Amino acid sequence: MSSGQEGASSPAAGLAAAVREGRASAVEVLERHLGAIAERDPEIHAFNLVMVDEARRRAETVDGAVARGEDPGRLAGVPVALKDNLCTRGVPTSCSSKILASWRPPYDATVVERITAAGAVVVGKTNLDEFAMGSSTENSAFGPTRNPHDPARVPGGSSGGSAAAVAAGFAPLALGSDTGGSIRQPAALCGVVGVKPTYGLVSRYGLVAFASSLDQIGPFAHTVRDAALLFEVIAGHDPMDSTSLDGPAPSVLDAIPMGVEGMRVGLVSELLAGVEPAAAAAVEAAAEALTGMGAKVETTSVPATVYGLSAYYLIAPAEASSNLARYDGVRYGLRVEGEDVAAMFGATRQAGFGAEVKRRIMLGTYALSAGYYDAYYGQAQRVRTLIIRDFEEAYRSFDALLAPTTPGPAFPLGAKTQDPLSMYMSDVCTIPSNLAGHPAMSIPWGSSDGLPLGVQVMAPALGEAVMFRVAAALEGEAPPAPVPAGGRR
Amino acid sequence: MAERISAADVAHVAHLARLKVSEEEIALFAAQLGAVLEHAADVAALDTAGVPPTAHPLPVRNVLRADEERPSLDRQTVLDQAPRAEDDRFRVPRILGEAP
Repeated sequence: MSSGQEGASSPAAGLAAAVREGRASAVEVLERHLGAIAERDPEIHAFNLVMVDEARRRAETVDGAVARGEDPGRLAGVPVALKDNLCTRGVPTSCSSKILASWRPPYDATVVERITAAGAVVVGKTNLDEFAMGSSTENSAFGPTRNPHDPARVPGGSSGGSAAAVAAGFAPLALGSDTGGSIRQPAALCGVVGVKPTYGLVSRYGLVAFASSLDQIGPFAHTVRDAALLFEVIAGHDPMDSTSLDGPAPSVLDAIPMGVEGMRVGLVSELLAGVEPAAAAAVEAAAEALTGMGAKVETTSVPATVYGLSAYYLIAPAEASSNLARYDGVRYGLRVEGEDVAAMFGATRQAGFGAEVKRRIMLGTYALSAGYYDAYYGQAQRVRTLIIRDFEEAYRSFDALLAPTTPGPAFPLGAKTQDPLSMYMSDVCTIPSNLAGHPAMSIPWGSSDGLPLGVQVMAPALGEAVMFRVAAALEGEAPPAPVPAGGRR
Repeated sequence: MAERISAADVAHVAHLARLKVSEEEIALFAAQLGAVLEHAADVAALDTAGVPPTAHPLPVRNVLRADEERPSLDRQTVLDQAPRAEDDRFRVPRILGEAP
């Protein structure tokens, strides 16, 4: 599967091919990207940490392997940015939280091991909403990331730093995590490709947990092919993650050229309702393009998705309240001393967590507490079943589904910070796939006032090959996209 | 089901979650959490009789590895991460009721 064709028209695959064939050096490639970071990241703040020395050593190792006639792998010399909730051994992994500000994990996440084994060069750790809780990257303890298309606007979130890093040309590839849309929503707002794989396909070992039945790691890239390449490198069974699926991961690069002729694609009416006119128009234009390429596109209904947002904001906080109980000042991270152990817990968590994390912990604790468990958490879990059933029904008639990724383009910084519910609404189109555990991806399509928009392609569990085929076909027909300063390199 | 969360509820939940919160935070969080719970009223009001809950999206079962010894993280490496450690153990302040 490591054909030389991977480099055809995609920046990351092109760089890897050039490095493997000795036409470019990994050190040279890295320095070009470090230059871009030095030039514009002071304004954008995509990175919490740029790993200059580690990346240089790593690039030299890759070049050394090529010089010895060895093949460094499918991502040879490709700079990759990592969301700062992915563990890197000995390198700070803060989750953009004060409580982990100086934490250095004793191990690497499985995805970090896999991309490194494939020859990638990790350039740094990207900013996020604290513990991945948010939709704008404004909930970072270290200040917001700005959208490379318009620095007065948010990049989306929670993986806003990773999306901005790719959009601004700081790295051709990045990894993020998606619990309710945290890869797809910032990808749409920054004009890049973002993929949430099927739950269980990518190991979560070394991903700092937020909501364990929903979290999934996935790629950011400029093109569908590059996203497919990174997906193939990170997907596959891992014995270190008990939720990791057995069996081989779908191969997607081979599927991309197959096109969409005869494919049945459904336009989800519930997810089109209530989005801004430009976002709806983008999806309708994408649907027409698919029809033009021989797909059969029809409007369809997935009724229970209208309850997705409500169910998600009970389930995800409930799981978060349990996962974040571990930050107690005992084993790692921040401690604020108190006169007894209970006072120490309270003071540590008060000082260490930001407002949104506290809100979610309290909301989740409430939804799980005696007297409210059945009405809120239990009920949300039953609604989750309804959403899965309605998707299953839709996939009896359709191979893939199409929807907007977001209700509209990037919003100004500060526009939604005072009203958590309005911020939560940013995820309304992406949440259903997380609740169902299905794959979904956003690709750039169209614009609104010069700002990028995305369309979302969804598929049933393990339907990545179909999803990537539809996305690649759409990419080939997409209208000209806005390009930020810096752009691709 | 749509009753707003009271200040006393917020204080109680904060205590359960071992979060120290100020009076101002309690007032702010009561209003904000109330709005989210109000939105969730649609879910709380649904008739889901006979619908089983989903805790996990895919039908995977508990996974156990073979019961074989293998190395884990080095004890000192782990203790080095702790805010305070002593005699190969995590050091914590006194537990309530204990002599100091």
